[in-house]
Amino acid sequence: MLDVVNLSHTYGTGPKAHHALGGIDLRVAEGELVCVVGPSGAGKSTLLRSIAGLLTPTGGQIRVNDTEVAGTPGDLAVVFQDYSRSLFPWVTVGDNVALPLRRRGKDKAARRAAAAEALAEVGLSGAAGKYPWELSGGMQQRVAIARALAYRPALLLMDEPFGSVDAQTREDLEDLVLKVRDHHRMTVLLITHDIDESVYLGDRVVVLTKAPATIAGELKVDLPSPRDQIATREHPAFVHLRAEVGRLVRGRDEHAPARP
Amino acid sequence: MTVTTTGGGPRGTAVSARPAPRRGAGALGVLGRVWLAALALAGWEIGTRQAESVFFPPPSAIAARMYEQWLTGPAGRVFLTDEALETFGPSLARMLGGWLIASVAGVALGLAIGRSRALADYVDPLIEFGRAVPPSALVPLFMVLFAEVTDMQLATVVFGVIWPILINTIDGARYLDRLHTDIAQVFRLSRAQRLFRLMLPAAAPKIVAGLRLGLSLSIILMVVSELVGSTNGFGYELLDSQSLMDMTRLWGIIVVLGILGYVLNTTFLAVERRVLSWHRQAQQTT
Ligand SMILES: Nc1ncnc2c1ncn2[C@@H]1O[C@H](COP(=O)(O)OP(=O)(O)O)[C@@H](O)[C@H]1O
Ligand SMILES: [Mg+2]
Repeated sequence: MLDVVNLSHTYGTGPKAHHALGGIDLRVAEGELVCVVGPSGAGKSTLLRSIAGLLTPTGGQIRVNDTEVAGTPGDLAVVFQDYSRSLFPWVTVGDNVALPLRRRGKDKAARRAAAAEALAEVGLSGAAGKYPWELSGGMQQRVAIARALAYRPALLLMDEPFGSVDAQTREDLEDLVLKVRDHHRMTVLLITHDIDESVYLGDRVVVLTKAPATIAGELKVDLPSPRDQIATREHPAFVHLRAEVGRLVRGRDEHAPARP
Repeated sequence: MTVTTTGGGPRGTAVSARPAPRRGAGALGVLGRVWLAALALAGWEIGTRQAESVFFPPPSAIAARMYEQWLTGPAGRVFLTDEALETFGPSLARMLGGWLIASVAGVALGLAIGRSRALADYVDPLIEFGRAVPPSALVPLFMVLFAEVTDMQLATVVFGVIWPILINTIDGARYLDRLHTDIAQVFRLSRAQRLFRLMLPAAAPKIVAGLRLGLSLSIILMVVSELVGSTNGFGYELLDSQSLMDMTRLWGIIVVLGILGYVLNTTFLAVERRVLSWHRQAQQTT
């Protein structure tokens, strides 16, 4: 479904240039949920922004369904980490969710209904008339997820979506993602720096090295479904996988040049 | 008369810098302020009565004269006299007409310039030059350019008022939140949606600050433009009183202008508070 071929990116030029991505090959199959793990500053957001067409990579290719795309692929939704800025504060929650649906050729009533449905799906049935700043951080992130859901994207990108919410909300939102992707059979690429989260959520985990980021390795996650916050995390396979991912993440430390 | 706008940070400093009215201060605060005004008025009255200068009539005489001049008309017109209508009408039309034209043009141009780096690079020096020219200096030029006095007056108001509106709008449109524009791109918002649901609201705090500055300038420029070649309006009334050496009437017009400016500003603030309620609330919670 999504093919990232030898993607590289350098910010700036000259002595200040920063080589963020050093040739990334990544393939996400239809219906798959792939987690990308890497230390912060590795270039994870750079990878996601390249795929979303928000940044023109300096090298490599992005292909969606075997056709190369330049710019933003259609049928793509993104959930960003910074929920406090990702909604428009001047329109209601319902309008935030409904706004992108206009391009989908729906009339006003249909847009409103789709927004209400998506909000109900993330457990915010009554919130359509509220403004984003009237909601807690976790609720705002739910709205951002609802906006992505209502859009019915073929591919959903998430950039550390739960990085700045509290632990309980985080578990709830993780389960929410698993639920809605089962329900809609979406293809999801989720970026995180949390090893446990990547194993818990992913069908597959791809580990990035430090900058310039390359693929350190990848693991198939064969844990029983449906996943459960407690049972899955104490499953021997989970413990084993997270150790494996941890080893891959640590591996890049040993290869990194020692700092004085 | 150059207008400094709200440079500062990338966000709506102009608006957020103004402290919100404190509710708790309540009645005591109002009383305190009214007291001071009353005291000043009393001081004015006593001072002018003792000075007995023809150039400084006491406020009671000014008020009496104002009442007689403006408010002794028929009840059906809220007591406004013919003279009141003939003065207020044309003056307000010039002022608000000029302000509206400048607002529409300033906001439209400002959004275009604010969103285009290339355009901004070209026109920035022009704007800096244009705003530095005192609009009153252009009155003689406009008198030559426009055959109609009204056109000359409108042009003067528009030219003076447009700069703070234009510059604030450019500023507001330039510093859109990167994440917001990313969202607009990813979710493929239409051009109209980007304009009305993203750019205008995001720039609104700055735009509104510019509009308010423009409004207070428009009253100044309205008077300036009426001081030449006009046959009605406040400026004409001022000149007329001066030539007749009717100081009480002259002072009355000055007071009316002050009241007019105060009323306009208060009205504008009330509208602004409604339009930007999301902005105040969002600022308080994040
Ligand atoms: N616009 C930019 N200009 C210059 N350097 C950038 C820019 N964006 C990110 N970087 C740098 O690229 C590196 C990778 O950034 P990012 O992709 O955001 O990492 P991650 O999301 O993994 O934390 C960081 O060192 C960051 O400082
Ligand atoms: Mg990041």
